[in-house]
Amino acid sequence: MKIAVLIKQVPGSESTLPMNNSQDWIDEPSVTFVMNPPDNFALEEALLIREKMSEGEVVVVSMGPSRVQKVIREGLAKGADRAIHLEEDGQIEIDPLLIAQRFTDILKEENFDLILTGLQSDDTGMGQTGVLIGEMLGLPTATLAIETDVLDGQIRVKRELESGWFQWVQLPLPASISIQSGLNTPRYPSLKGIMGAKKKEIRTVPNSDLLSGEQAQSMDRIFVPTTSKKTEVIEGDADQVVERIVEILRSDIKVT
Amino acid sequence: MDILVILENNQGSLHRLSKEAIVAAQKLGKSVTALVMGSDSDKIVGHLTGYDLEKVITVGHDLVSSYNADGYSEVVRQVTESCSPNIIVAGHTYQTRDFMPRVSAKLGVPFIPDIVSLSDQGFIKQVLNAKLNAEMSSTSERLIISFQSAAFSEEELRPGSCSVEAFEATLDASGVRSISEEPFQEEAGDVDLDSAEILVSVGRGIEKEENVPLAFDLAKAMGAEVSASRPVVDSGWVESFRQVGSSGSNVAPKLYFSLGISGAIQHVVGMKGAKNIMAINKDPDAPIFEIADYAVIGDVLEIVPKLTEALDRS
Ligand SMILES: Cc1cc2nc3c(=O)[nH]c(=O)nc-3n(C[C@H](O)[C@H](O)[C@H](O)COP(=O)(O)OP(=O)(O)OC[C@H]3O[C@@H](n4cnc5c(N)ncnc54)[C@H](O)[C@@H]3O)c2cc1C
Ligand SMILES: Nc1ncnc2c1ncn2[C@@H]1O[C@H](COP(=O)(O)O)[C@@H](O)[C@H]1O
Repeated sequence: MKIAVLIKQVPGSESTLPMNNSQDWIDEPSVTFVMNPPDNFALEEALLIREKMSEGEVVVVSMGPSRVQKVIREGLAKGADRAIHLEEDGQIEIDPLLIAQRFTDILKEENFDLILTGLQSDDTGMGQTGVLIGEMLGLPTATLAIETDVLDGQIRVKRELESGWFQWVQLPLPASISIQSGLNTPRYPSLKGIMGAKKKEIRTVPNSDLLSGEQAQSMDRIFVPTTSKKTEVIEGDADQVVERIVEILRSDIKVT
Repeated sequence: MDILVILENNQGSLHRLSKEAIVAAQKLGKSVTALVMGSDSDKIVGHLTGYDLEKVITVGHDLVSSYNADGYSEVVRQVTESCSPNIIVAGHTYQTRDFMPRVSAKLGVPFIPDIVSLSDQGFIKQVLNAKLNAEMSSTSERLIISFQSAAFSEEELRPGSCSVEAFEATLDASGVRSISEEPFQEEAGDVDLDSAEILVSVGRGIEKEENVPLAFDLAKAMGAEVSASRPVVDSGWVESFRQVGSSGSNVAPKLYFSLGISGAIQHVVGMKGAKNIMAINKDPDAPIFEIADYAVIGDVLEIVPKLTEALDRS
């Protein structure tokens, strides 16, 4: 069982997000990056499948500038066997069709049985890369997986539907599945894992070897959302804040 | 502009976001064609005939009598080739997420998802967990777009008339590879979030499992029930039936008191109907404050115990 897991590096939810000078993306040098949270669950699922089948290979794949080596190392330290780094020149990529074509071009040589992605990236939130890759490689796809069960040549996936509904779907392998967060408990890398990661193979595909193509969509500017809602802002030291909250609960909302 | 709007057939009823997608389509173009797949499409057509649409296309093929990504994406491809729309529009539902990217790849047409509004130059989409908005555009002659919940109001649906046309899709059983079982609901917990007058809702800002009792103590002092955001449920800190949001419950209490929740759309769709929203967050730019009536900027770990104490005292 050969499994590819696509892990993307994205700004952490606690990071500050200052805009760049041209106001078309954030100023990346001031941002703290982390592994896209659902990708962390996807990686864990791949490791669990490999452990359950007691054979196979987990390959982490990431596209981005040299900073993404950090999440690649993290993936290897957690137990992935090797990695592929598709090098970008540092420009933010937002065209999912082009991104998926680049991945497909590299993944097709490897004949993976399973391609796992996160259901969506926290930064651009396009939510399509795994499905696009599936279609491009001629594979069946399923999204929003919250449980997987690999059988002989098949995979059964419990999919999350809206408002608390679920559905089991069975697909023949190879397949491309996108993972919803929460389906497992991602492990932390052990010291041994961190040491071992240094010896693992990272194949680097230079930017010049990536499939080139025209960007069919672009992000022209970013801005802070505005609101028309009237909001009372409560600030101050904790005691003042508490006093005001109690007053509101009692006199305005009348719930206590 | 010719628009093709893809409707979602929920066992004979039209998905709420599909109605909003029709409004979007009516605003975007002169000629709007709607596509409905699946058994029970007649019922949907029955609702649609009062709307101002060019026509409704139904596809009754056995292989798309119930939803599957392979069949649906192939039908949309064929209908698109046949009626050549400039824009394909849908609601950004879980089903759209599941099959629309396949349509995008089949047709080589870009898909801009989860749009919150239209601008003169393009489409506005949330990025970076709703902390910022982005204006997106495309040079492509054909485009697929989907709209986030409440981007448009179904009250703006333009009434009128439309004709109905059956489309003969050519589908091959070997092209439908996944087998979907019947949807089901998990057993509910013993807590009824729907009927709670006050919800104290915990987010990742509570920082660790050991701090979760702070929220339960506050809830007790207020006579409230405890709900949570997804990451808190994912971490196993509270039970899953307490989750509020697109994959959890929809709630509309008298007071929704959010503790360390950022305000991502998937959470907000589940609680924005609350009569009063009070939020504590240490980040003054947290998106939850855009919908809050009372924005408390501060540390939950500091404020919540003091608040509980103050309420217990009085
Ligand atoms: C298809 C899909 C479905 C989803 N369904 C749901 C759903 O049903 N429900 C749901 O909730 N989410 C859902 N999500 C996830 C959603 O997108 C967000 O990731 C999630 O709501 C974030 O939860 P959070 O606000 O608790 O955490 P975070 O986004 O990490 O926010 C934590 C917040 O706490 C603040 N904070 C940190 N420490 C403190 C402190 N000490 N004091 C005060 N504030 C502090 C931070 O400033 C931050 O704003 C879904 C996502 C997808 C893609
Ligand atoms: N640059 C990237 N590097 C690695 N994985 C990616 C990249 N872009 C997208 N992905 C994968 O595709 C998923 C969905 O991303 P998106 O379609 O951008 O929302 C992510 O969760 C990742 O698993």
